[in-house]
Amino acid sequence: MRVVEPKGVTVRKAMREDGTALLKAFKGVEPQSNDLLAIHRAMLTTRLMDARMMKLQRQGRVGFVGSSMGQEGAIHASAQAFGASDWIFSALREGGVTLQRGMSMNDYVAHMFGNAEDTAKGRQMPNHFQYKEGNFPSWSSVLGTQMPHAVGAAMAMQRRGEKNVVAAYTGDGATSTSGFHSAMNFAGVYKAPVVFLVIDNGWAISLPSAKQTAAKSYADKAVAYGMPGFNVDGMDVFAVFDAVEEARQRALAGKGPSLLNLRCYRQGGHSSSDDPTRYRNEEEVEYWAKRDPLARMENYLFKHDLLNDEELEQMNQSLTEQIKDAVDHAETVGAPPLESLVEDVFATPPHHLRRQVADALRIVAEKGDVDRLVGKFPL
Amino acid sequence: MTELTLVQAVNDGLRSIMKEDDSVLVMGEDVGPKGGVFLATEKLTDEFGEERCFDTPLSEDGIIGVGVGMAMNGMKPVCEIQFQDFIFPAFDQIVSEAAKIRYRSGGQYTVPMVIRTPYGGGIKGGLYHSQSGEAYFAHTPGLKVVIPSTPYDAKGLLIASINDPDPVLFMEPKALYRAFREDVPSGIYEVELSKTRNVTEGGDVAVFCYGAMVPVCTDAAKRIKDSRNKDVRVVDLRTLMPLDEESVLQAARDCGRVVIVHEAPRFCGYGAELSALIAERAIESIEAPIKRVAGFDTPFPNTLENYYMPDARRVLDAIEEVLDF
Repeated sequence: MRVVEPKGVTVRKAMREDGTALLKAFKGVEPQSNDLLAIHRAMLTTRLMDARMMKLQRQGRVGFVGSSMGQEGAIHASAQAFGASDWIFSALREGGVTLQRGMSMNDYVAHMFGNAEDTAKGRQMPNHFQYKEGNFPSWSSVLGTQMPHAVGAAMAMQRRGEKNVVAAYTGDGATSTSGFHSAMNFAGVYKAPVVFLVIDNGWAISLPSAKQTAAKSYADKAVAYGMPGFNVDGMDVFAVFDAVEEARQRALAGKGPSLLNLRCYRQGGHSSSDDPTRYRNEEEVEYWAKRDPLARMENYLFKHDLLNDEELEQMNQSLTEQIKDAVDHAETVGAPPLESLVEDVFATPPHHLRRQVADALRIVAEKGDVDRLVGKFPL
Repeated sequence: MTELTLVQAVNDGLRSIMKEDDSVLVMGEDVGPKGGVFLATEKLTDEFGEERCFDTPLSEDGIIGVGVGMAMNGMKPVCEIQFQDFIFPAFDQIVSEAAKIRYRSGGQYTVPMVIRTPYGGGIKGGLYHSQSGEAYFAHTPGLKVVIPSTPYDAKGLLIASINDPDPVLFMEPKALYRAFREDVPSGIYEVELSKTRNVTEGGDVAVFCYGAMVPVCTDAAKRIKDSRNKDVRVVDLRTLMPLDEESVLQAARDCGRVVIVHEAPRFCGYGAELSALIAERAIESIEAPIKRVAGFDTPFPNTLENYYMPDARRVLDAIEEVLDF
């Protein structure tokens, strides 16, 4: 069974497991209270948004959802440690970071619906977020491909002498891809200012991390590429924030990349279409549910008078309303126009694409429209 | 005989050949306890053990490269690529290795492997869960490309592909995985590779198609029968490489009017090859321009996918155009 700290693996920790206090031994960088509250707000937003999207998916109003439940600590504490001018290359479950960096709920939900207000014009499946103002490009479902991009973006910063870094997020599964290997290798060779973050939730769809690699942990992979690698308790926002801050400072100082393996747990299935009871046992799910990062964070905030029940309830209500408003709004927005199908293939649509769209419009006029709603994502 | 869906027929085909032939094994992402994301490999690990049906790390070039090595050394691996869109990390292993090893070794080494992969749109899968990449692979000498459209053919063609001495890319139309059931014989049987199937008999227009476009074309054929009393010969190609050229040319000559349908982009798509073949060898029988109905020359969209995918309206439009010429 997957546990927080397996034998022979050192995991960086800062908090007690019940969230009541920091460990005496912890000497790292602590987030300021405004950062702590921002992390908490982002975690709660993601938790509520995922739950709402999952309901919409069950009702057939959204095609696909990949929930972050159980991973919010790793995702949002790490993201908070990066600056606004740093770039973030994400994988499937870091979409909530767009909201943390300032994207509107309307834009978030528009993407989930793939409607005419989606900044990507409804081209992608749900959960492939982008937020240009927040230096946040979308990932590709092919997996691992964003890792070399992150290194390239960092090398561009290096060449312009900018004091910024790039966060390269990946799931545990994509550590087996060539993209991961090439990215780590290049980043090591060129001392690129990158922080590699493996959100190790224990499962790549149905494959447990123990079968993904024979290494004791994903952090061990850093050795081969000449960079430091650490395992961090991903349910512990203090340990995560501290580890990222250290890696970021190292990158800013020109010392090159680091690899952080943030150990957490995917409490739900891989996606709205997955049935995890086929391949994992309930005992493990319960073990990790008891260590839920959001509950632990709230315990800490309560204990230290940074949050009380009333404020939490207000936050819950207010976020729930904002999400509801965004969903209500998205329901009123239609699909992108047919003409948009041929935009953005190239800077200027060539003649043959203009002809294809004209032909499609003619057929709609002569033979009727298509049923836009047919088709349902099965995975 | 049992009534099976297409994906169940794939599962049954794998089970049947694994019982018969110990050298057949199944590998890929999530093919083990989960049974594959579409359940094509459901319960095979239970039945045959982890040695013969096993989950791999998330690495498509690893899956195919390791499969090539196994095939060179006496096994018959059936490698699953979870979505055809994810095959490109393994493009080098397929195009430069699997497809060329027989040739580069003067026939001393061979790669009798099958790569199974679900392809095509119709599931709101967007850019990376919808593509039809058959033309990239049909263009690769040394690689066979097979696409079934019915449960019966899926099982028979899969077994024939596994028994074939060369590497076969077996593309499964996921839009048809659970679309309908039909009687599928139990045990081993083969549907011969490189043979087309006439879905409907007719002499007015030949419509060439494969995979998920077969029911779309059959629907269009019914509509033109109803509206104009014209008989369409819908030809399911089934094997794209090596193509059953004589049957294609025969249908083109018999009908004199040709429509070609695929969901992949038009430019340099498989339809271009068919059109060229017919123009080169049957032009004397052709009475109207050869029409192609295809996906747009764009990446695969998400929200607008039903405009992108050829449907009966668009096929009907093309049939009318060649009839009216």
